[in-house]
Amino acid sequence: MAESTREPILEVRNLVKHFPLTQGIVFQRQVGAVRAVDDISFELYPGETLGIVGESGCGKSTVAKLLMSLERPTSGEIFYKGEDISRLSGRALKAVRRNIQMVFQDPYTSLNPRMTVGDIIGEPFEIHPEVAPKGDREAKVRELLDVVGLNPEYINRYPHQFSGGQRQRIGIARGLALNPEIIICDEPVSALDVSVQAQVINLMEKLQDEFGLSYLFIAHDLSIVRHISDRVGVMYLGKMVEIGSDSAIYDHPTHPYTQALLSAVPLPDPDAREGRERIILTGDVPSPANPPSGCRFRTRCWKAQDRCSEELPVLAVPQRFADADTAVAHESACHFAEEKPHVAHA
Amino acid sequence: MSDDRLLEVRDLKVEFHTRDGVVKALNGVSYGVDAGETLAVLGESGSGKSVTAQAIMGILDMPPGRIAGGEILFQGQDLLTLGREERRRIRGPRMAMIFQDALSSLNPVLSVGWQLGEMFRVHRGASRQEAKARAVELMERVRIPAARQRVNDYPHEFSGGMRQRIMIAMALALEPDLIIADEPTTALDVTVQAQVMELLADLQREYRMGLILITHDLGVVADVADRIAVMYAGRIVENAPVKELYATPAHPYTQGLLDSIPRLDQKGSELYAIRGLPPNLLRIPDGCPFHPRCPRVRDVCRTELPPLYAVSPEVTTDPGAEADAAGADAAGSDAVGSDAVGPDAVSPDAAPLAGADVTEVPAVGERSSACHFWKETLDDVHRHSS
Repeated sequence: MAESTREPILEVRNLVKHFPLTQGIVFQRQVGAVRAVDDISFELYPGETLGIVGESGCGKSTVAKLLMSLERPTSGEIFYKGEDISRLSGRALKAVRRNIQMVFQDPYTSLNPRMTVGDIIGEPFEIHPEVAPKGDREAKVRELLDVVGLNPEYINRYPHQFSGGQRQRIGIARGLALNPEIIICDEPVSALDVSVQAQVINLMEKLQDEFGLSYLFIAHDLSIVRHISDRVGVMYLGKMVEIGSDSAIYDHPTHPYTQALLSAVPLPDPDAREGRERIILTGDVPSPANPPSGCRFRTRCWKAQDRCSEELPVLAVPQRFADADTAVAHESACHFAEEKPHVAHA
Repeated sequence: MSDDRLLEVRDLKVEFHTRDGVVKALNGVSYGVDAGETLAVLGESGSGKSVTAQAIMGILDMPPGRIAGGEILFQGQDLLTLGREERRRIRGPRMAMIFQDALSSLNPVLSVGWQLGEMFRVHRGASRQEAKARAVELMERVRIPAARQRVNDYPHEFSGGMRQRIMIAMALALEPDLIIADEPTTALDVTVQAQVMELLADLQREYRMGLILITHDLGVVADVADRIAVMYAGRIVENAPVKELYATPAHPYTQGLLDSIPRLDQKGSELYAIRGLPPNLLRIPDGCPFHPRCPRVRDVCRTELPPLYAVSPEVTTDPGAEADAAGADAAGSDAVGSDAVGPDAVSPDAAPLAGADVTEVPAVGERSSACHFWKETLDDVHRHSS
């Protein structure tokens, strides 16, 4: 895909979100900040799927909330079709939100148990009546149910009458209601049973083709992200450490964290048990309230040197790979970026 | 039965009486674990994998639960005939369990040292001081850094991976013969999951424990298990050594699960998906419970519940499979003895086993599948792979 020639539909520039840590009850003073998202930039192109992977606490869900304007960024910009939406409010924000919708992780808590399916899927029309005039709504909801593979007769049922996979379809139908251009999916299948996950992934791919949607697909399951994504970004402790095409990340990872992450994924192939070299990281992810200086991964990295604690590596195509014409030439935030042979991948 | 057989579950049936009716959670589960062996129990939510574990441990909520039949033989002794006090004396010193969610399984108002030491105080009559010393030892054993300083910390002061290590330490405390790990790494990140699984495997090797690993993750299973029991709707549908199960699944459900894993060469194309939903345990379908979702369904499946057939290797002509099967056959024949479900007992046309006791626990290493058409399923797999 010739991405460089196309205009990104969503562009994120130096996005920062710090949550203040306060002390005291009456006189609150700020004693620090949780650096949930710390200077992240990426683009999303029309019709593509950008996967974001990372462990819990790396800030991937905060990115989703920032893009939805559910949280205000501390600094940085989010451009939707060239317009900065991070500071919008009122009518202008409402107009933009029509085009950016979200599918949530937990289909059990993201649907109001006291509303019928018809009300849940039709609720976006209350906010944006221009999409479907009042008399039209029921027909539109039935159509949406049909699109996501549910029986339109279910319109008057309540969420508890559905299984997890069916509920996630309801969530997707709600996300589709306003004909958005971008859907942000925060772990859309991780709460589902294995045999049902594939059904939902297939549905999402079908809808993408049908409606030309762009997905920002946040997940921790690396094999599913690989299946659905055109490009993949890897996050660690509020930073994007590596981003590139799916084959760049999975076949030619150059950042040690990505390599460790890929090698830690258990492969569903018992024959691979002996042959693969596993990188087992020591320790846990440091606290985002007090991240290490320099490179944030250095405390768990086997390549760390003095330079890593002093100098923050920037996310760019490493100098030594700049001329390479394979997928190894992609952005990686490591001073010592290099390919590692025999990294088993998901 | 082999001498190494540590635990044998035979035709276990558990039901829950609820306002909506009787939920049949287990409908005749049979499996066995040897000393030093890792058995993975694979299944979706509601398949009964955790209920089986709870029944073995004797921690099933009764009522509403009720054990409707079956036997749980632990080192030759039927646990279901024992009284509360006898069960309590087995739980801890001889078998222990690791739970999924370490934060809610540990008591938040007691220090981890106290909780670890409890095992020694209660079961071994150790003094407080002694118990604390043993707790520190255990924490070191599961590689918790600065154990001596952290022994008086509370569970919330540890990270998820460290908490899971404490759970493992607690299960290991009295060096039991059997450990049941119920989704031990599901709540953890992949890099931490790798650490914890490695630790568990090391310790198992060291103590030569039997391990029942309950999970829904096909990747974790492939990494650590020796044998796999696949559960569906409260029954075992397939039982096989790990390599054979992944190479040549003999049940359409197992095959469907393996096919729905995203693979490299399938990128961009549709994923294989098992159609439909797992059954409601209040209304389990007649015949084979998988039949409404099965791609291979025939009339007999709708009416007749398939027993666990021994999967005999001779039926296939694939040379690769014969090599695989030779091992299974050898293991099967020396363990089976007079049991009717030996590989030889299977008639070549895969008719239901006439007169054989279908609830018999398949011998160790012997493959079995609860599908009327396991042979066709196997043949199909061979055709696809060659």
